[in-house]
Amino acid sequence: MRIGKHTFAPNGGVYVVNTASIAGPNEGRGRYGSYYDAVLVDHDWDCKTHEKTEIKMHKYAIEQVIEKSGLGREEIDCIVGGDLLNQLVASTFAAREFEIPCLGVYSACASFGEALAVSSFLLGGGNMDNVVCCTGSHFGAVERQFRYPLELGTQPAPSSQYTVTAAGAALLSTKKRQGVPRLEMCTVGKIVDFHICDANNMGAAMAPAAADTILTHLKDSGRGEDYYDYIFTGDLGKYGRETLHYLCKKQGFDLSGCLNDCGALIFADEQKDMQGGSGAGCLAAVFCSYIYKEMCAGSMKKVLLVPTGALLSKGSSLQGESIPGIAHAVALEI
Amino acid sequence: MDGKAYCEYVSKTAPRTAELKTLLAAFCVGGVICMLGQGFTDLYAYLLPQAEESLVGSLTSMTMIFLGALFTGLGIYDKIGSVAGAGSIVPITGFANSIASPAMEFRKEGIVFGLMAKMFVIAGPVIVTGVVSSVIVGVIYRVIAVA
Repeated sequence: MRIGKHTFAPNGGVYVVNTASIAGPNEGRGRYGSYYDAVLVDHDWDCKTHEKTEIKMHKYAIEQVIEKSGLGREEIDCIVGGDLLNQLVASTFAAREFEIPCLGVYSACASFGEALAVSSFLLGGGNMDNVVCCTGSHFGAVERQFRYPLELGTQPAPSSQYTVTAAGAALLSTKKRQGVPRLEMCTVGKIVDFHICDANNMGAAMAPAAADTILTHLKDSGRGEDYYDYIFTGDLGKYGRETLHYLCKKQGFDLSGCLNDCGALIFADEQKDMQGGSGAGCLAAVFCSYIYKEMCAGSMKKVLLVPTGALLSKGSSLQGESIPGIAHAVALEI
Repeated sequence: MDGKAYCEYVSKTAPRTAELKTLLAAFCVGGVICMLGQGFTDLYAYLLPQAEESLVGSLTSMTMIFLGALFTGLGIYDKIGSVAGAGSIVPITGFANSIASPAMEFRKEGIVFGLMAKMFVIAGPVIVTGVVSSVIVGVIYRVIAVA
């Protein structure tokens, strides 16, 4: 059902019945270390390449979330997955082991939002009953694709972020369960480009898209700035979070009471992480561990997830293209 | 807010490099690497008193390149680089690092299409610049010499 301009509510209930998460060693030492289902001791996890490690992480998250739900694999109608690697090799290669229909989604680091939105359409349209959403990222695999070899002695820019090694999977179902969050509505984001060209400042590139999606969502749903207990953006980082505050304030919305960012939160304060974490696994892992558990425990009741993505490739940057941003909003309530 | 105003806002507010701190780190680490090189030059000149200066220089370069590659392989050079920045990129050890690191990284795609093909992705431009500029300097030198 359409609400306003770009917001859609599923017809009938859609519930996030279970989640599973896995994180790398640095994320394990971060703020939510105790919330993850598994924390890797090293970046390899006995795999020869970091791509293989990422595939294994996706596989683990999907397996765990299905197992926790008590459903059989044959009862899962679809896996909606995404990652940052070219041709989505991590999420699709992980799905080859399950014999479950698969859809690949890409919104860079906002892929988890796209996965949730697509799943809500599949479930809310009455076509499917159980869908697994899974996205993730691996520091080593992303670094070699978008930046430099790991052993190259470069200095990170102060405005840059650290791609997280993490994956999160959520099982969405039309069957009602007690004590789990309900997916209320999704706002599908526009591509917003304010012509930021600095690939070391993704927070600034993505903040306008996040502001656009959040404000569109609030207008569409008729909700005020104080409706949500928490609005979690994906991976704007500390600077991007401040920029988003500034952009919302300029348009007359003060979100300082509820706005926070998973990228700015994922690492502990003492970890040297520049502006924080980023990556398709960032919001996915934080939602599938900390936020989900807090929602089920009742300490967060109304949450708006706004994963954010910076749409660039190594080639597009070299060709002088700017970095467009995208953000999708997903409203959850318990 | 339009794109132009936003870009201005970002360029004013974005976190900046702490220049004094990074310059100092680059100066100190770069200085230590150069001192090490000078140490090897003195050592080779002492051990090989008959050797010409160019041979001693070559031996020093080879030693520093070896050390740069070795520390890259040991996973230490990137940690030095994250602190020192240009201090460890500019010396010849940094050049060795820029060749050894892609060789290690892309070894996973095989010896020929991985390691060998990608080895010079970062150092390649440096070599091209060196060759092209030496040709230009050679031509200028020839013209001046004729005149």
